[in-house]
Amino acid sequence: MNIVVLVKQVPDSGSERTLDSTDNTVARASADNVINEMDEYAIEEALKVKEAHGGEVTILTMGPDSATDTIRKALSMGADKAIHVTDPALHGSCVIATSAVLAKALGTIEWDLVLSGAQSTDGGLTMMPALLAERLGVAHLSGARKLTVDGSKLTVERQTDGGYWTIEGQTPAIVSTWDTMNEPRYPSFKGIMAAKSKPVTTLSLADLGVDESEVGLGAATSTVLEFASRPPKSEGEQVNDEGDGAAKLADFLASKKFV
Amino acid sequence: MPVSRTLPSDDARALLDLTVDLADRELRPRVSADEKAARFPRDVFATLGRSGLLGLPYPEEFGGGAQTYEVYLQVVEELAAAWLAVGLGVSVHTLSAFPVASFGTDQQKQEFLPGMVGGELLGAYCLSETVSGSDAAALVTSAVRAGDDYRIRGTKAWVTHGGVADYYNVFLRTGGSGAGGISTVLVDAATPGITPQPPEHKMGMSSSPTSQIVFDDAVVSTSRLLGEEGQGFRIALAALDGGRLGIAACAVGLAQAALDYAVAYAQERKQFGQAILDFQGLSFMLTDMATQVAAARALYLDAARRRDAGQPYGPQAAMAKLFATDMVMRVTIDAVQVLGGAGYVEDHPAERWMREAKVLQIVEGTNQVQRLVIARSLSGRRAATSGPRLSHST
Repeated sequence: MNIVVLVKQVPDSGSERTLDSTDNTVARASADNVINEMDEYAIEEALKVKEAHGGEVTILTMGPDSATDTIRKALSMGADKAIHVTDPALHGSCVIATSAVLAKALGTIEWDLVLSGAQSTDGGLTMMPALLAERLGVAHLSGARKLTVDGSKLTVERQTDGGYWTIEGQTPAIVSTWDTMNEPRYPSFKGIMAAKSKPVTTLSLADLGVDESEVGLGAATSTVLEFASRPPKSEGEQVNDEGDGAAKLADFLASKKFV
Repeated sequence: MPVSRTLPSDDARALLDLTVDLADRELRPRVSADEKAARFPRDVFATLGRSGLLGLPYPEEFGGGAQTYEVYLQVVEELAAAWLAVGLGVSVHTLSAFPVASFGTDQQKQEFLPGMVGGELLGAYCLSETVSGSDAAALVTSAVRAGDDYRIRGTKAWVTHGGVADYYNVFLRTGGSGAGGISTVLVDAATPGITPQPPEHKMGMSSSPTSQIVFDDAVVSTSRLLGEEGQGFRIALAALDGGRLGIAACAVGLAQAALDYAVAYAQERKQFGQAILDFQGLSFMLTDMATQVAAARALYLDAARRRDAGQPYGPQAAMAKLFATDMVMRVTIDAVQVLGGAGYVEDHPAERWMREAKVLQIVEGTNQVQRLVIARSLSGRRAATSGPRLSHST
């Protein structure tokens, strides 16, 4: 079973994040860039499937040159090789254009299964796996909390707010994963050293046969017009009980439309 | 704030990054609760083992990390900064492979080292006894040959990882009195006749069990003898030189943690309308702490580089252990002082660190023994590896 894991480099959600005021895209230069957290679960699941069924795990990343760090991290966990799609013209690409590029990149190799984190912590759109499945004409088993592989048959427990569904599909397929799926491993020291010699193929738009006019900020289907930082937390309201505490609390809750 | 380090390679940098990541995500969130509950974190050691951190200074052919002491000790320092019992445990475990690696036969290395350095097993030392601590050559636990076996009788004391280790390096008497009658035998913890006693109730490091181990006619094959009969004391002293560097690294890590915490607190805490850090009297305490930490780090790294270069380093290791552990005692006491009342309560880690620091002045040779070792090197009586009972050594 050859597996491709979609991996995205994102600004660390635990640190200060902002947009770049020159073009309203995610500010990457100033951020502490890390592997998208949900993708680590997808990598772990891919490694588990590989350990059980054999095959190769390939990391696919679209991002600037600095995304190399994230690719190395994924390789150090145990993935076999990586494809890095990078081109200055890709800056500011919307999710639709990005899915077109990734679909082209997936066309350059043989695979049975694509695993992807269910969402990124920067864009947070959750649309990529579905867009790719549509473009590639393969099954999309979304929001997995459990994946079972039996030959070409895939069984997924699809997590929802109210419980889970069991859904089945056939390879080739795309499975998106939640963080309830497994416990991602740490890279080992040996894995870190081995990652340096694992093959990383770099592909440009020209390599993929994509015209620059189809991607980037200019071709984006949605545009961020303006942004503002979240207002600082204001002080809470203190209710003093002078015999009417309950009524005051009820009024407060009603004013906030909780009751 | 991350410690700024000079490291010899990108590999070493990646290893330290991995260590800090593990410390932040696997150690720091639970150290306080596990210390309070006196709960040994065996699973943390399993995680460290899978990541390759339990055999760093050993050859790759046996599953080790092939790292220098200079790098390995900085890993120990980072772990100790997050959780002293884990940093010290890694030092003890790493050392527990030393007798096989340095004195074992090729066959013993093939048989035992992969398990020891591969991260699956946890090791320990049985050197001290209730009546022989600093005077290690006076130990009385005995091994009597019976055919191809040793029959071991006696009680070992102060065994770090006692009861949780998978194997013990046991220093015991196979010959006459004195250092020349001591041998080292590698013993599986599951051997019948071995009974770990309940853990001691310690002042600190409660998560790391320290116990007596009773050997009551435990039968072990003579193929488990490491080195030759009578070589045990030399093995113990050579191991202690390395162990002292591990303790020095632990002390620096713990002191760095206390310093960082005190600085952060002093920046936040306001009195008389300003951060207490801006009072010179207090900031000078912190500057002295920072200088002491940096000096201790430089001292243990110098000794480590000597070891890595194949030079004698025994006295330098003793100096590093002496200076670093006295330093961490002062620094953790001062950290409590910087926090004031907050330093004295369990809501903050400062009081725990102060309790933990004390043991470092005692283990792997008390600081009085370190001075003995250093004094002998000054008078030229014995340079490289020396211990308190030189008159007995061969």
